[in-house]
Amino acid sequence: MPGEVILKAENLVKYYPIQAGVLRRTVGQVKAVDGVSFELHKGETLGIVGESGCGKSTLGRMLMRLEEPTGGKLTFNGVDVYSQRGAAMRRLRRDIQIVFQDPYTSLNPRKTVGDIIGEPFEIHPDAVPKGGRRRRVQELLDLVGLNPEHINRYPHQFSGGQRQRIGIARGVALNPKVLICDEPVSALDVSVQAQVVNLLEKLQDELGLAYVFIAHDLSVVRHISDRVGVMYLGKMVELGDEDQIYSRPTHPYTQALLSAVPVPDPTLRNTRRQIVLSGDVPSPANPPSGCRFHTRCFKAQARCSTDDPALVLRPDGEGAHESACHFAEARAVI
Amino acid sequence: MTATVGGARRAATAETLGSGTAWQPRDGLLLEVEDLHVEFRTREGVAKAINGVDFELRESKTLAILGESGSGKSVTAQAIMGILDSPPGFVTQGEVRYCGQNILTMPEEQRRSLRGPEISMVFQDALSSLNPVFPVGWQIGEMYRKHRGMNKTDALEAAIKMMERVSIPGARQRVKAYPHQFSGGMRQRIMIAMAIALDPAVLIADEPTTALDVTVQAQIMQLLQDLQDERKMGLILITHDLGVVADVADRIAVMYAGRIVEQADIFELYAHPAHPYTKGLLDSIPRLDQKGQKLTAIGGLPPNLLRIPHGCAFHPRCVYAQDVCRTDPPPPLLEVSHDRYSACHFAAQVMSGEAVPTDAR
Repeated sequence: MPGEVILKAENLVKYYPIQAGVLRRTVGQVKAVDGVSFELHKGETLGIVGESGCGKSTLGRMLMRLEEPTGGKLTFNGVDVYSQRGAAMRRLRRDIQIVFQDPYTSLNPRKTVGDIIGEPFEIHPDAVPKGGRRRRVQELLDLVGLNPEHINRYPHQFSGGQRQRIGIARGVALNPKVLICDEPVSALDVSVQAQVVNLLEKLQDELGLAYVFIAHDLSVVRHISDRVGVMYLGKMVELGDEDQIYSRPTHPYTQALLSAVPVPDPTLRNTRRQIVLSGDVPSPANPPSGCRFHTRCFKAQARCSTDDPALVLRPDGEGAHESACHFAEARAVI
Repeated sequence: MTATVGGARRAATAETLGSGTAWQPRDGLLLEVEDLHVEFRTREGVAKAINGVDFELRESKTLAILGESGSGKSVTAQAIMGILDSPPGFVTQGEVRYCGQNILTMPEEQRRSLRGPEISMVFQDALSSLNPVFPVGWQIGEMYRKHRGMNKTDALEAAIKMMERVSIPGARQRVKAYPHQFSGGMRQRIMIAMAIALDPAVLIADEPTTALDVTVQAQIMQLLQDLQDERKMGLILITHDLGVVADVADRIAVMYAGRIVEQADIFELYAHPAHPYTKGLLDSIPRLDQKGQKLTAIGGLPPNLLRIPHGCAFHPRCVYAQDVCRTDPPPPLLEVSHDRYSACHFAAQVMSGEAVPTDAR
């Protein structure tokens, strides 16, 4: 089923320095993303889930090269993204676009919708000839389900869901091959979320886009994703097909995460066993030694605090998928 | 006087207040809200935030109020607590009765004596609800100092006990820490500690877990449930999350444009929704335990409260809407079957699944 690899991340690392004192000396590092590797295939959706602070948004920004990496390699269609400069990098950006989480702050309030969606054409003038830009913007508005006549309106005249559609229209304006969606529905009302999720699915079918769908809502991610990666404290702890992750998770963190998600069905109330994790996520400035999850893990043993388990194929009962746990074992938790 | 933290303290509370008003629920009935109307008088016009809300809350029960932003669910809570910003907000009609007494007409002083020991509230955003310049122990202890007249030392001691009760590790060491030194989940626990410090009979939790991660959300919901079991508390859970509701609520009231459009027992409502809005919500959320389901989005947007549509407020978004929905006044909340209420002209058909989409949207 999977097509050719379009985006390949190898061992991506991003550390932010912690500076202190009058001389702003670096006294430590926040390890936001610490060695993440994955492949994205043409036309598929890769979901990235994790709790706040796990580095999933930083990862999304690194894929756009909005953040310069501390280490690692990113290849798009065989081209090394991080070594490109100037015009070559600009050309690459046409193929990788992003939709941000907050539709309220990611649109310039002083520009009209036409200016916002048309801005990519100013930066990439060869994409659409000048005379045809307005018409193209109207086509895009129509594509995302907005009234093309509203091209001269300002963002504040739209609701949250409509603004997110504007953000999506801007994201697909240049016909990218990869669209990174950073929590695109989290800020929306429940009844509007489904509209945007359905729109993203429709666009994928029509335009053949590959999505990196970053979200903390595991139900939405399951709905939209073909493959899913689970992150914890800057590392990918489990990666596999949607069915492998949700039906046969082998990493204790994934199991705990899934078991904690409430299911909208009261008849299941006492049938699901919840794995309640104690404590909070440790600070990424000072992550635990060995397996980063060992401080909260219900399976932890002495080895976990010294050996960092690699993300490799481990058996899940039916086959095998990648998991970073010494004691990986499939367990149905939903 | 020392802090008596724990169960069976209702009588003692009334005694220390010296008011002689021992609040006793009649037949387990704690709170009744009847025909509540709230409006906000703004420069752009009058926003009718609540247009006739009725519900009741019983001891040990959890009532979930479900709605989207702007549905009036938080305003309902503020009106009950008496913390509505006024102006611009005004309660224009209706009664809120606590143990049989209308609290909306009470003098402010008496009302204040209710807030905390009898009715209490947990807010959504713990970081902005806690005061950043006072230690958390001081803020929890304030409940004891103001309502029980404790001195600082005793109040702090009681605050530590409360922090231990809500499972904050190292409570004694952290009692003098400031809100920003705690994580989101721990801050929410502190909010809960403040809210239950005086052992209230009614706890209103306004989106208590919305800002939290799922693993922390599970911890907080568990804590609320334990506290409820321990104290026979009536809990009003305000949320937009159909998953959380399914896990904990006994009864559910669905709000739309300032009205309750459906009210039912939790199992009944999820099995056979009797209002098109409820049905639409249930059809539009993806489920963790299913793959490949089609999401049927509700078209359109929640209405602007300055311009609520004529007739049934939901008709512009409703797939079953007919002329009667546009012309007749909003349908009242009527009993459709035993203890189930729906405010829809076609409630019976929607509930039985026989309603026919009209495509009039």
